[in-house]
Amino acid sequence: MPEEIKAHITGVVFQIATKPGDRVAAGDAVIVLESMKMEIPVEAPRAGAVKEIKVQEGQTVQEGDVVAVLE
Amino acid sequence: MFGTVLVANRGEIARRVFRACRQLGLKAIAVYSEADRGAPHVRDADQAVEIGAAPARESYLNAERILEAARQARADAIHPGYGFLSESWRFAEAVQRAGIDFIGPRPEAIRKMGDKIEARRLMSAAGVSVLPGSFDAVDDVARAEAVAREVGYPVILKAAAGGGGIGMARVDKAADLGAAFAAATRRAQAAFGAGDLYVERYVERPRHVEVQVFGDEAGTVVHMHERECSIQRRHQKLIEESPAPGLPAATKEGLTTAAVAGARAIGYSNAGTMEFLVDEGGGFYFLEMNARLQVEHPVTEEVTGLDLVVAQLRAAAGEPLPWRQSEIVQRRAAIECRVYAEDPSKGFLPSPGTVQKLELPSGEGIRIESGVEAGSAVSVHYDPLLLKLVAHGATRAQAIERMTDALDRSVIEGVRTTIPFLRRVVASAAFREGRVHTQMLEQGAFNA
Repeated sequence: MPEEIKAHITGVVFQIATKPGDRVAAGDAVIVLESMKMEIPVEAPRAGAVKEIKVQEGQTVQEGDVVAVLE
Repeated sequence: MFGTVLVANRGEIARRVFRACRQLGLKAIAVYSEADRGAPHVRDADQAVEIGAAPARESYLNAERILEAARQARADAIHPGYGFLSESWRFAEAVQRAGIDFIGPRPEAIRKMGDKIEARRLMSAAGVSVLPGSFDAVDDVARAEAVAREVGYPVILKAAAGGGGIGMARVDKAADLGAAFAAATRRAQAAFGAGDLYVERYVERPRHVEVQVFGDEAGTVVHMHERECSIQRRHQKLIEESPAPGLPAATKEGLTTAAVAGARAIGYSNAGTMEFLVDEGGGFYFLEMNARLQVEHPVTEEVTGLDLVVAQLRAAAGEPLPWRQSEIVQRRAAIECRVYAEDPSKGFLPSPGTVQKLELPSGEGIRIESGVEAGSAVSVHYDPLLLKLVAHGATRAQAIERMTDALDRSVIEGVRTTIPFLRRVVASAAFREGRVHTQMLEQGAFNA
């Protein structure tokens, strides 16, 4: 069952920490956002494989935007 | 005195400097990013120059664009505020090379204090007590282990180019050192472009107490007493006050003497802050020097009756210090609360957005330094500080009462703020009794 990973805050994509096909554990950073001088990881809610990364470095995302999809 | 001053900053500090300029009859120039076109600091200035896109790298951190703006506006001097380029010795040097005065210390003093290892060496040589640890960059884990064994665990790894808590790691035992060393090096490299680390003994439950110093071009240095700044999250301050409650007289005397000796030893001019850790026995250790105006300078202004920013402008123009040490007296008590756009119920996560409603207190003993107004956008690109509430009174108890009232009367809608957290701290027995240390937040002392 694919699961969307959403940004929990508004920020700018600082780093894409994974790529499609990567296996992640619950709590692993999938991407890292930068907001107000802080780096904030967006974490995988569960273990799985990354199916799709929906954002690019430097892109602004709003709270609730889908940033990646897990298989 | 200068005719025209450009402020290379935004938010509340830019507005604060403009106020000092107005007081001295100087023309004030603002710079702003695309995101700040409608910002209050832009309207406060006599003239404003757009310097680039919203990301700080393209605007407030872009030295070339700022110098260009200064030339265009025929500025005689640049005030850097805090953050951004304020502690870049290269920027200070470039300003001077452009024939413009830099309102702050000499580039050489900024460089020396920016290298935290060199600062440790210089302060130690000047007789200022520093924490046991390394006086050179530790290149590898083996070297870090040797130092840690000598000073005893726990130790803390710090970035030589650091500040603001970035790249710091506490290490409790030798087995953890390897991983912590690698992580701290990586973080320091990413944040500062230099991975050099040093090792210091870790102090349990210390207080953060700092001393405001001020020097003129002729080499006279005075202090303006101390500030207590132990209430911190992520090694960044949330509440500051002066005097430091319950600080033993001998400790205070030692701190101020050391601060002046340290600043004098490096030929320090203009406003600066010597930061110390004070341990439970009243012993104190030099932490670092901030070679600029501090966010929390208003508490010092309220207890001394001096205007630090006006003094900065005068000192940078080459005027001698207008006061002798004996004339700088700490009277009354003052507290500052930093209102950040952060959600304290979610671990102080940033909360960007738009300030929909803003009601702020006023009245006797209340001072507000705000960078925002109703309708202001709070951007993801900058520091989340919205405003500072400062309360002062004849006694600390009166200042606390006024702060309690000020926090209760502050209404900010549209973004989450640190106000609920600040209320809990100010209401707590630990704070009221002055029993504070820098690790209270991480230990959950003020959890709801």
